Amino acid sequence: MSVTKKFVYINRKAPYGTVYALESLEVVLIGAAFEQEVQLVFVDDGVYQLTKGQSTEGVGMKNFSKTYAALGDYDVNQIYVDEQSLKERGLSMDDLQALTYEDEDDDWAEKSSMQLVNREQLAALIGDADVLLNF
Amino acid sequence: MALEVNGKSYEVDEEGYLANLNEWNPEVAAALAASDDAELTESHWEVINFLREYYEEYQIAPAVRVLTKAIGKRLGKDKGNSKYLYELFPYGPAKQACKYAGLPKPTGCV
Repeated sequence: MSVTKKFVYINRKAPYGTVYALESLEVVLIGAAFEQEVQLVFVDDGVYQLTKGQSTEGVGMKNFSKTYAALGDYDVNQIYVDEQSLKERGLSMDDLQALTYEDEDDDWAEKSSMQLVNREQLAALIGDADVLLNF
Repeated sequence: MALEVNGKSYEVDEEGYLANLNEWNPEVAAALAASDDAELTESHWEVINFLREYYEEYQIAPAVRVLTKAIGKRLGKDKGNSKYLYELFPYGPAKQACKYAGLPKPTGCV
């Protein structure tokens, strides 16, 4: 039996302008093949990665925001959004995509993958990680 | 590199993947398969069409594990297993089927 580790990916940057957001998403998708426990955190400008209605025509980058909806298929269903970061930017959970997954153990019922967390919960989550990846 | 289909030229990369996703059409798929000495049957088309829809929705080619699970759900359990998919696409279901579907090569998967 191999040991399962808890991987926490911290996403801090706006989706376009740098390649961090896309790189993080690709690492998550590739890493999902290793069947580890994966948690994604969106904090600071990283919360913009999940906003609805993105358009990239003006910046000439691929609009990869649709790809977040595939995370559930990859069994990545622990997605944490920092409440304070949303508030500071005048956003709420309603401005973000509703990411879901189908629970194999519950007759494929569709469930939400997203959780709003405060700074205290976020600190605990990070403290609990075996592997921490910052993007 | 280029692939000639019905007198039209399509740009492909060194592994034969179509450079421009929007240029894809079923004749191109058949020609891409022919260059691998493969012939496309109804069963192949089910998978190819599924991949194109998946890409349209999520902007990625699914990993083989995700493809297998999704095919099982969509087309039935007898098709949602790697044996079935490898019989159709012996060079690796995701890799080979994505090529015929005109999608980019899946990142880090077979």
